[in-house]
Amino acid sequence: MATPLRLAALLLVLVAAFASAARADLVVSRADRKVDLTSHIVRVLTSLKVENAGSEPVSKVLLAFPNIQAKNLAAIRAFGTEGKVKGLSSVLPIEVVEPSGVPPELTFFSASLHKPLQKGKILHLDVLTVFTHFLQPFPEEITQADSQLVVFQDSSHYLSPYPVKVQTLSIRLPGGRVESYTKYGNTKLVDSELKYGPYEDVPPFSYNPIIVHFENNNPFAVAKELIREIEISHWGNVQITEHYNIVHGGARLKGEFSRLDYQSRPYARGVSSFRHLIARLPARAHSIYYRDEIGNISTSHLWSDSKKTQLEIEPRFPLFGGWQTTFTIGYGLPLQDFVFSADGKRFLNITFGSPMEEILIEKLIVKVVLPEGSKDIDVSAPFPTNQWQEVVPHWTIDN
Amino acid sequence: MAEPVANAAAPAPAPGRLRNAFGGVLCAFTLILIGVLAFSIRLFSVIKYESVIHEFDPYFNFRVTQFLSKNGIYEFWNWFDDRTWYPLGRVIGGTVYPGLTLTAGSIWWFVNALNIPLSVETVCVFTAPIFSAIASWATYLLTKEAKGTGAGLMAAAILAMVPSYISRSVAGSYDNEAVAIFALVFTFYLYVKTLNTGSLFYATLNALSYFYMVCSWGGYTFIINLIPMHVLLCIVTGRYSSRLYIAYAPLVILGTLLAALVPVVGFNAVLTSEHFASFLVFIILHVVAFVYYIKGLLTPRLFKMAMTLVITVGLAVCFAVVAILVALVASSPTKGWSGRSLSLLDPTYASKYIPIIASVSEHQPPTWPSYFMDINVLAFLVPAGIISCFLPLSDASSFMVLYLVTAVYFSGVMVRLMLVLAPAACILSGIALSSAFDVLTRSMKFQLSKLFDDGPAISGNGSPNGSSASTVNTSSSKNEKTEKSEAAPKEKQSKKNRRKDKEVTESVSVKPKKEKRLSVLPLEASIVSTLLLIALGGFYVVHCVWAAAEAYSAPSIVLTSRSREGLHVFDDFREAYAWLSHNTDVDDKVASWWDYGYQTTAMANRTVIVDNNTWNNTHIATVGTAMSSPEKAAWEIFDSLDVKYVLVVFGGLVGYPSDDINKFLWMVRIGGGEFPHIKEPDYLRDGQYRVDAQATPTMLNCLMYKLCYYRFVETDGKGFDRVRGYEIGKKHFKLTHFEEVFTTHHWMVRIYKLKPQKNRIRGKLKKLKSQSSKTSSTLAAGRKKNPWQ
Repeated sequence: MATPLRLAALLLVLVAAFASAARADLVVSRADRKVDLTSHIVRVLTSLKVENAGSEPVSKVLLAFPNIQAKNLAAIRAFGTEGKVKGLSSVLPIEVVEPSGVPPELTFFSASLHKPLQKGKILHLDVLTVFTHFLQPFPEEITQADSQLVVFQDSSHYLSPYPVKVQTLSIRLPGGRVESYTKYGNTKLVDSELKYGPYEDVPPFSYNPIIVHFENNNPFAVAKELIREIEISHWGNVQITEHYNIVHGGARLKGEFSRLDYQSRPYARGVSSFRHLIARLPARAHSIYYRDEIGNISTSHLWSDSKKTQLEIEPRFPLFGGWQTTFTIGYGLPLQDFVFSADGKRFLNITFGSPMEEILIEKLIVKVVLPEGSKDIDVSAPFPTNQWQEVVPHWTIDN
Repeated sequence: MAEPVANAAAPAPAPGRLRNAFGGVLCAFTLILIGVLAFSIRLFSVIKYESVIHEFDPYFNFRVTQFLSKNGIYEFWNWFDDRTWYPLGRVIGGTVYPGLTLTAGSIWWFVNALNIPLSVETVCVFTAPIFSAIASWATYLLTKEAKGTGAGLMAAAILAMVPSYISRSVAGSYDNEAVAIFALVFTFYLYVKTLNTGSLFYATLNALSYFYMVCSWGGYTFIINLIPMHVLLCIVTGRYSSRLYIAYAPLVILGTLLAALVPVVGFNAVLTSEHFASFLVFIILHVVAFVYYIKGLLTPRLFKMAMTLVITVGLAVCFAVVAILVALVASSPTKGWSGRSLSLLDPTYASKYIPIIASVSEHQPPTWPSYFMDINVLAFLVPAGIISCFLPLSDASSFMVLYLVTAVYFSGVMVRLMLVLAPAACILSGIALSSAFDVLTRSMKFQLSKLFDDGPAISGNGSPNGSSASTVNTSSSKNEKTEKSEAAPKEKQSKKNRRKDKEVTESVSVKPKKEKRLSVLPLEASIVSTLLLIALGGFYVVHCVWAAAEAYSAPSIVLTSRSREGLHVFDDFREAYAWLSHNTDVDDKVASWWDYGYQTTAMANRTVIVDNNTWNNTHIATVGTAMSSPEKAAWEIFDSLDVKYVLVVFGGLVGYPSDDINKFLWMVRIGGGEFPHIKEPDYLRDGQYRVDAQATPTMLNCLMYKLCYYRFVETDGKGFDRVRGYEIGKKHFKLTHFEEVFTTHHWMVRIYKLKPQKNRIRGKLKKLKSQSSKTSSTLAAGRKKNPWQ
């Protein structure tokens, strides 16, 4: 806990020094942040109303994050609309930038506007950020009977290189016990929602640390590695095989695991564990299997309708903090749903991600196995990836 | 008799050849169908459960195959496995019968070379069904050598679905026996084939097939004792021939040399008593051959003189040699026999001296119902088959009878050897059914043709009748010839052999001709008995399918039970192994009773102390002692073995009968055999193992009891054990040296961790403190008392 405080102090000092470095011509007239802490993946939606108070048109808006947050940043999206009222918003491209004269403890992203913001105009900017490993379990080791407490650290002020006129912060907690939270003026805890603000006229780079210590027993499912194999067969099938290596990323279990306690009072003894995961597979998925290296796992359920196929899988044993398991799920998809042809070429349009709900993937490897003789292979992914190609012996029977 | 046959065979030799060709195609087609049947009847386990390796030993074989396919053959021979028998380890390459592993490994390699990416597991699962199909073809060949094609097909069909063999070769039952039965039958086929043809080619093949058998299974000793017995039988009954010599002598020389190449056998091939019979018969055979040779050279009078001389000298030498051998053999403690072989010769031996052999359920003598279960109606058909073998007695059929008789004896000693009996029973039943059908259909044909002859003969056409009458003699002789050629082996032979065979077959085929004329049954009787036999066969098929589907397809690592709500799956073993493999350190040692050793190394990939390869009795006894000791003593034993986790199998909650409490008597017995402070009577109440209120205190305080029943009482408040059917004796207790780390969903596997040793200095301080506080408190009390007094 000492680090963020020190960092905050440092930042406060830095504020004075670098305030001039920030572009003073943009002003955030309103910033509303909504932080969702209901699962172990932290989603922050920041709604900004940016005004160009300077004289020059501005084409870029800078977004700042402390390095410790940027390290855990999994995704960032920005949607912008210009004008008084919110209209149809469009996705803005985002890139990492290193402006000169800014503190090294901060990481900057810049959202490029489609057309420069003219003087006096207002831009509505919605920034959605997703963080992983943000909630730290505290205490780090708990017994089977304890529920899991986690710590969330952030600033009650929106960290921005621009001055902020009015801002609020609301934090949605999963319900349950709240051990403690940093109280400033204007702090309210209603039901499971914690509100900070409104704060007015906050200078740039203002950092006001808050710590929320609360109960979160939602599954902390972390896939240490996920290997997805997408195999295209021209017999009309796209076969997907996913190898998971899952760990419970929350507070580690200490001491005994008693099946008796777990079975007789599952909600009191074992509340921090999770026993099933839900995968939403595409519609018309078929031949679904669920197994691990020693055979079929019989604990799974499947529902399907015309829009989706929902697969509920139970690992062989309930996962407590620090416990691991591996499994494989596989399913076939109809070829025509994912492969289409145009200009004499064939395109595969398929998602990178895992169909599992609320799962965090640390390392993802996607293998696409193309039919024999495929050439002119071209990949377009929405984010930078490492790519490599291998030629592997093909199946005799298939393809 | 001659007339109707003549009518049928009258139209020239060409249709006869066509009929033969058609018969050959039909026969091949039937064999293919039999192979498909043998393969598919073994797939119930895959359909009802899943494609998974079964039971205990197959997991070891699977693990070895995985190693082989990953590291290659040379690494395999040199493989020292440090994940088992900790801290001793095990030299896998030198202590395993490599036949099965190499077979499956080659299949895997071959299939992958064809770019069919099957996993090693899939290949292992389906090896047994594939080999049972091949085994049924081998049975066809063997029976054909003895009694012709019809009997061969019948025997192959019966073997394809005999429950005894199914029990060891369902898909997933990846054990040595799966390929060994094929090797056994094929070796016998080549022996009989050599005996019938006298071809050195087949004799060499026979030695190679024997080599494959030696690679595959320890049961090869059955071959190397049965064949000498048959040779001896032939010599004694005066059936010595040069064919017998060719069939036997190369087998002993080549076979023994090849057997010695297998690392696990090595010099045992010439050193242990199991092989002595073959050498003895080898010598006898040479003596007899020499005698026959001399007999051919000398005049009868000279021969008699020489005979007496040789016999006196020879007997003296023999006695001397035998005396030396006996002295040598008697000097070794087990008389040169391995424990398992001894328990075969003396069924009570194991239960008296080697509890570890007696503790294995498949080493127990079978019960009568298990005969009915495993070979079903064959038990009734076999005597008929024996009779049929004696009509007429040939070298091949006498071999069948001998094989059956010895196999019946062995199966009576050990339920596991029922498997060796199965092919013999199938062959003889096939012979019985085939000859029964032969007699019945022939008499039906004869009676029917008599019926028809009465009709058409009167209104008969002139020309065919006349021609048939004129050709009766020739066609009947032709018919005889075709029969002869059918009876004689179709393979190419040297002219010499063919001549000899002709002599043999002629002498053979003349007799049945006479009998055929005699054995004509009434039409009704033959129809009824044919139908009855078909019904019997139908009953057998129904039983076999039932046995394959219900009795023998359970993989035993996953159990199911049907209840009103539907199928309930008990997958506790894999749950525990998966937990171990993902949530313990890779080098942690896990102690359990040896039954679960192979599975733990294969599925959980953790080092075990003992496993199903029970080669070191002391080590197993150590684990047994730990399990039957009180907690502290057990902790010390386990700690000295670096054990971190202890795994017990407990069926008391769901009623799974083969759990560790029921196996506990063997732990006590084996442990007590090595460590005398474990005394079996301490655990017995009125001669019974009990864990209820009447149990002995030693029993209620031993580690196994505590680990099984830890907090068990809290499940239902009474501690009712569903396997034993009573409430347990000691209900509330705490563990001091172990802590529960995992228990599976149905409590079938419970895993405990050894608590780390208490810090000694702190413990001392505590003691001191408690002592001092005690003294101070007593002092204080004394002080307090004083003022009042």
